[in-house]
Amino acid sequence: MIEVIKNLCLGIVLAPLAAALIAGLLGKVIGRKGAHSITILGVLIAFILSLFIFNYTVLDNFGPFNFNLYTWVHSGSYKFHVGFLVDNLSATMILLVTFVSLLVHVYSIGYMADDPDYQRFFAYMSAFTFAMLMLVLANNFATLFFGWEGVGLISYLLIGFWFTKPTAAFGSLKAFIANRVGDMGMILGIAAILTYFNSLSYKVVFAHKAILLNQTIMLIPGLHWQAATVTCILLFIGAMGKSAQMPLHVWLPESMEGPTPISAMIHAATMVTAGVYMVARFSPLFEMSQVALSVVLVIGATTCLFCGLLGIFQNDIKRVIAYSTLSQLGYMMAGVGASAFSAGMFHLFTHGCFKALLFLAAGSVIVANHHNQDMRKMGGLYRYMPITYVTFLIGALALSAIPPFAGFYSKDTIIDAVKVSTIPGATYAYACVLLGALVTALYTFRAFFLTFHGENNVPAEIKAHLRESPWVMTVPLILLAIPSVLLGFVLIKPMIYTVPGLLGGSLTVVPQFNVIAMMMPDFHGALAMALHAGMTLPFWLAVAGIVLAWYFTLKNPGVAVVLKQRFAFVYWIMINKYGFDDFNQIVLVRGTRRIGAILLNWFDMSFIDGFLVNGSGRLIGWASKIMRHLQTGYLYHYAFAMIIGLFVFVGWRLL
Amino acid sequence: MFPHILLSLLIWIPVLAGILVLMTGGDENATIARGIALTAAIISFLLCLPLYLLFNANSYAMQFNEFLPWISVFNINYALGVDGISVPMIILTNFTSLIVIIAALEAIKYKVAQYLSAFLIMQGMMVGVFVATDSLLFYVFWEAMLIPMYICIGVWGGKNRSYASIKFFIYTFIGSALMLIALLYLRLQANSFLISSFYTLDLPLTVQILIFLAFFAAFAVKVPMWPFHTWLPDAHTEAPAGGSVILAALMLKMGVYGFIRFSMPITPDASLILSWLMITLGLIAIVYVAYIAIVQTDMKRLIAYSSISHMGFAILGCFLVYSILRITGNYHDAYLSIEGAVVQMISHAFGSGAMFIGVGILYDQLGSRLIKDYSGVAKTMPVFAAFFMLFAMSNVGLPGTSGFVGEFMIILSAYQAHFWVAFLAASTLILGAAYTLWMYKRVFFCPVVAGSGVEKLKDIRSSNLVVFILLAIGVIWIGVYPEWLLHLLHASVDHLLHISIQQRL
Repeated sequence: MIEVIKNLCLGIVLAPLAAALIAGLLGKVIGRKGAHSITILGVLIAFILSLFIFNYTVLDNFGPFNFNLYTWVHSGSYKFHVGFLVDNLSATMILLVTFVSLLVHVYSIGYMADDPDYQRFFAYMSAFTFAMLMLVLANNFATLFFGWEGVGLISYLLIGFWFTKPTAAFGSLKAFIANRVGDMGMILGIAAILTYFNSLSYKVVFAHKAILLNQTIMLIPGLHWQAATVTCILLFIGAMGKSAQMPLHVWLPESMEGPTPISAMIHAATMVTAGVYMVARFSPLFEMSQVALSVVLVIGATTCLFCGLLGIFQNDIKRVIAYSTLSQLGYMMAGVGASAFSAGMFHLFTHGCFKALLFLAAGSVIVANHHNQDMRKMGGLYRYMPITYVTFLIGALALSAIPPFAGFYSKDTIIDAVKVSTIPGATYAYACVLLGALVTALYTFRAFFLTFHGENNVPAEIKAHLRESPWVMTVPLILLAIPSVLLGFVLIKPMIYTVPGLLGGSLTVVPQFNVIAMMMPDFHGALAMALHAGMTLPFWLAVAGIVLAWYFTLKNPGVAVVLKQRFAFVYWIMINKYGFDDFNQIVLVRGTRRIGAILLNWFDMSFIDGFLVNGSGRLIGWASKIMRHLQTGYLYHYAFAMIIGLFVFVGWRLL
Repeated sequence: MFPHILLSLLIWIPVLAGILVLMTGGDENATIARGIALTAAIISFLLCLPLYLLFNANSYAMQFNEFLPWISVFNINYALGVDGISVPMIILTNFTSLIVIIAALEAIKYKVAQYLSAFLIMQGMMVGVFVATDSLLFYVFWEAMLIPMYICIGVWGGKNRSYASIKFFIYTFIGSALMLIALLYLRLQANSFLISSFYTLDLPLTVQILIFLAFFAAFAVKVPMWPFHTWLPDAHTEAPAGGSVILAALMLKMGVYGFIRFSMPITPDASLILSWLMITLGLIAIVYVAYIAIVQTDMKRLIAYSSISHMGFAILGCFLVYSILRITGNYHDAYLSIEGAVVQMISHAFGSGAMFIGVGILYDQLGSRLIKDYSGVAKTMPVFAAFFMLFAMSNVGLPGTSGFVGEFMIILSAYQAHFWVAFLAASTLILGAAYTLWMYKRVFFCPVVAGSGVEKLKDIRSSNLVVFILLAIGVIWIGVYPEWLLHLLHASVDHLLHISIQQRL
């Protein structure tokens, strides 16, 4: 059995890799058609094999399977392997990754049709799929880190795909550096793991997690911190970078400089959710530290509300969805922080579908508008693009958590979980996620109404060509719309309210934090939950959000202008995104350069080189200049010196 | 028969070929010179194959030994031998020299024979450094390799070449002079110049510290460690591309090699006592020099500073063993750190060597090393840009490339010593990405500026492509399967670590 699984896994990761290499290295030879055919084939193979794995592992309940492929580093008593862990969590996750990746590949045939670097684009996407699968399937921290940085690299390359655009070049660099800040925390977390457990294997670490209990670490003299807390927070910093949690969120809006299919796949459905996946994966460790859970919860909830608020003020359709992604990632983090790991993962899955849908639909709109992304120059598009319109609406309803769409089930579960959680910060977090529901509906439907309804502001020359996108783009939309409607309804019971659930033994929750168990008695089936929604606050907040959006954008746009003037200060804060970007640019970036310049000019060049090195050279030169006067070459000078010497010598002997 | 002279062949074939090349004379015979040089470099590289295959990695003993009395009055011998630490260094030396010779085929058009022979002779001398088991023979090779490098910078260098070459020579020479004194003292104590005979000396602490400092003068300059590093950016900037590659890929490594081969095993107690200093200097190199690298405006200087920063890791890896041992008490924990240092030495050669060649390729076409003179190179040189991205990523320490392995091992070890040591070391993740990718962005990304000359750049072909492919294979091979390299080290590292941590007072 394990041999079969091993071969399946190898097929899953190597098929996209091989496809990426062929498309990347031989792009010119195989041509455009060859490039997309081979990469789609690679990802299709991975998807089909993932179905087998899912079937074996989750449905038939064989497993988990844990195996090593080869020894990567062997040093002293340490052995770091490249190996895979196939359990319910990873088996479900690879299904999502390969599914979304496959659809985005197909969609890109249409979206990238006019791009001269077509082959390079497909090679990157397949390579991304490979790295993401490595991340998900890893059975140890070293392999995880490989995938983790690998997806970061390809995200960097894809954000900078149109590298001649200065904004794209800047955005890609920013994304990489912000991710690296997170990764620095992550690598320290991994180092902590190795220090305490002498192993990087998940299996060993989870089996011996009790080691952490009585350990403390002193980071600041006199302050002892729990080893579990420090380790988990370090790992979480990595998650904050990748999942763009405040204050490391700054790179995600910038990542929208990349082509839209990338925004759908990498910056919505897969890579950015890796942080949530990681926290869920390490639930046995996070459960050992209430402090760490609180940090996750508070940061997640903060990101959820405050990044959502920024979404309301954006006019670029992709940026709205980008801020919405930040906000939804905040929901997921809040969910896992409240120990509702299954709820966080549930939202990850549903969000993966409906957010990919929204991005791809936005991409369809953007292509129709000749790459204009400003919603103020759209409007009334529903007449021209019916499929895009309907699918976008489905995505918007799912995102706004309107029953019975997928997002309703997952988001409401998280809100309830945060509500019943008792760890410090839960009350604040509850307020954030609750208000977040209103905000989500507001910005989503603001974008929806501005784009598809109201007055058509499309410039005349583009208006003449407005039409629905080709089938390679609309079919993925439809295929994503289906789970965006159904996934929540289908999965809520098996995934959340069953013991052991769909994710089974992959997640660990200790009894005192088990919020899902507390919510269990109130659950009476998916249908009842949808019907009961009318009695709950989040539902009415979402409805209120939609109504407000309708009022401000369609019914009475003048009110928004008045409000903007009344609350000019608030507006100023919002369009400056709370000042994070300015702070980073002025304090961090310029500060770093200033420090570097000071060290270089004052210390390296002036002191070491100017004073010490060349100074000693000058000293020798100066000394020899003086000494030189002694060697005049005149015989009488030497004779004179000899006589003086003789006198001194004789005189000294006589005295 | 053959294995008994393998090491001599590795030293003297390039030297003889170098002399032969020199005899071809002026540039009218450049083709012959290129032919001989390339043949010799390929033969030397192929000779590494039997070295690798016949080497027994399970033994720490010196292998392929050769022993001839040289100056018997002073008991100086022509004694050669290799262990698991020198074998990878020799393979690296021959690989890098081959790369440099191939890269020179197209790039060098002035005094071709002299250029090639300088590198061939240098290659032989560098192999000599890694195989000498007699300390005076080591010293001779150590000094001899400076001469071709001095000539190389002084003749084929940039505008400021005479300042740079003299600075390079005097700086490294002063350090080595102190080492010679230490060697002579050790010779008096041990009654032999064999390095292995120094390992058994029980020296009082004061003497150990003085010897450590004397060695430090030689090795720290070579690495180079802060604050003895200022010769390197000048030398790198002025040196021709090949010279920069040899400097970065090999000469810097000799400093670390010296610490591992001489300082730690000969003066273990002094090493223990001064390990805090070495760790501090290593961390300063990693953080301080990285900050300086960020503000560089010259690509070669930037890569030079980044080399110093990366070598800080190797020093850190070597001397962390003392802290780790004190804290965990487990001798096996220290392996990761010192083996990480050796991996770092090897891996750094590929990434930074490749980047120096890359800058050389740009310089040949546009005559500038300044970042501001470039923009949008990826548009006109896509293949070159793709390779450079790989090497930049290795410099950044991305998993899957060689640059990651050593840093990962050392950061993980550093945590065992102290959290803040690991923290400072891990800051390279951010700083390294900042200086490397910011440069990459400014040079390769952004729009092509009309009239800057970038629009006329030609993408890499033929010999440069071969060079880049070979280096790319090296970068990925070590990154994906470092165990290939590590398994050579285990026995020898075990042995040296044992000697380096025993108390001799």
